[in-house]
Amino acid sequence: MAQVRVTVDGVNYADDVEPRMLLVQYLRERLGKTGTVVGCDTSNCGACTVHLNGQSVKSCSVLAVQADGAEVLTIEGLARDGELHPVQKAFNECHGLQCGYCTPGMIMAAVDLLGDNPDPDETEVREGIEGNLCRCTGYQNIVRSVQRAAQMMKPGASVPTESPAPVAGGN
Amino acid sequence: MIPAKFDYVRPSSVEEAVTALRDAGEDAKILAGGQSLLPVLRLRLAAPSVIIDLGGIADLRRISEDGDRIAIGAMAPHHDVMRDDLVKQHVTLLSQATATVADPQVRHRGTLGGALAHADPAGDLGAVALALDAEFVIAGASGTRTVGASEFFVDYFTTAIGEGEILTQVRFPKYTGWTSHYEKFNRTAQAWSMCAVAVALRLDGGSIAEARVGLTNMGTTPIRASGVEAALVGQQASADAARAAAEHATEGTAAPSDADAAADYREHLARVLTGRAVLAAAG
Repeated sequence: MAQVRVTVDGVNYADDVEPRMLLVQYLRERLGKTGTVVGCDTSNCGACTVHLNGQSVKSCSVLAVQADGAEVLTIEGLARDGELHPVQKAFNECHGLQCGYCTPGMIMAAVDLLGDNPDPDETEVREGIEGNLCRCTGYQNIVRSVQRAAQMMKPGASVPTESPAPVAGGN
Repeated sequence: MIPAKFDYVRPSSVEEAVTALRDAGEDAKILAGGQSLLPVLRLRLAAPSVIIDLGGIADLRRISEDGDRIAIGAMAPHHDVMRDDLVKQHVTLLSQATATVADPQVRHRGTLGGALAHADPAGDLGAVALALDAEFVIAGASGTRTVGASEFFVDYFTTAIGEGEILTQVRFPKYTGWTSHYEKFNRTAQAWSMCAVAVALRLDGGSIAEARVGLTNMGTTPIRASGVEAALVGQQASADAARAAAEHATEGTAAPSDADAAADYREHLARVLTGRAVLAAAG
């Protein structure tokens, strides 16, 4: 066993873990933070993306013990006081998801991208999220969501929140 | 998929790491950024009894100027290498190639030293280190030794790093004022290079005074395209010169055939990408 002391979504934890435990397992199975999902299990898809000391990482390719002393931010720690993060809002408004499985990782990658480049063009968005696979959307609305979030996050921006688009096929 | 059980050691100095490696015996594995090792452990393609994590040795992340060289700690993450001002200014080709490695998440964790020590022939940085005559500083029980890039890459996933030794630093001569380009071909974002070409040129007026060319994934190790270099030197930096030099791109190669590409297709790619890379480097 090895000890890991880590801050996850603002809360301090100290746990004994097996050295072979992956960070994503630790988050999900030990801390119950199941918002971070396991996708491909081979470090390709990025669904398990979290921030480690402020940088996006694939938590299936980091050992829990490697996070010792670090600060981890997961999708569950993004909202503040019940208010969704602008990237979360933008994914909602722009339909940046269909099945939603890639969404936690996609949003964490996008938050990192926007921290680094607050006003990315379309190519920069596509390159910034190239570590994250989506098999539903064709990425169109994901790219729109990230650019929308960039607008919302501009200093002094007051971007009106769109009302949800009407759903076709209702009575 | 979960790795097999192992013991974990996190030394705080190179000396401690060398001692830990000696104590652990043959069955130990060094963990750098883990972006190749962890998937391998999870697939149980490897099951070392001891993992020695270099992540606790802060010194190994440093990038510094050392006379006529840029010294990069083996644990410097790709993200740091590609953005470092010294690297951008003096070893531009390394910065350019590093920016094409995998994806942002992997570049945050993966390291220069880890990638070079892993020596995957499809990895992007070996061709750059070879073309630019990098030196590899390797620490062992009896001190450190330095190995040139031409001796470092031995075979498929095999380097000059011996048993009980650790790669600690990679030193690049300064190529200040050279122009360069890394031309990579793959089918999908974040995929490995099917073939890639690293080119650095020293231009004098409109002509090529010196040329360095390295090939990725055209053999069991990175390959220095000496024939291309020789064909470029003294020529005007033109499309014709690039095309003529590119005809030499497959000399000394032994391109693999695999699910991505057959050998003859890779040879075609090597010629086409060499032409493109030379032209892009020439501006």
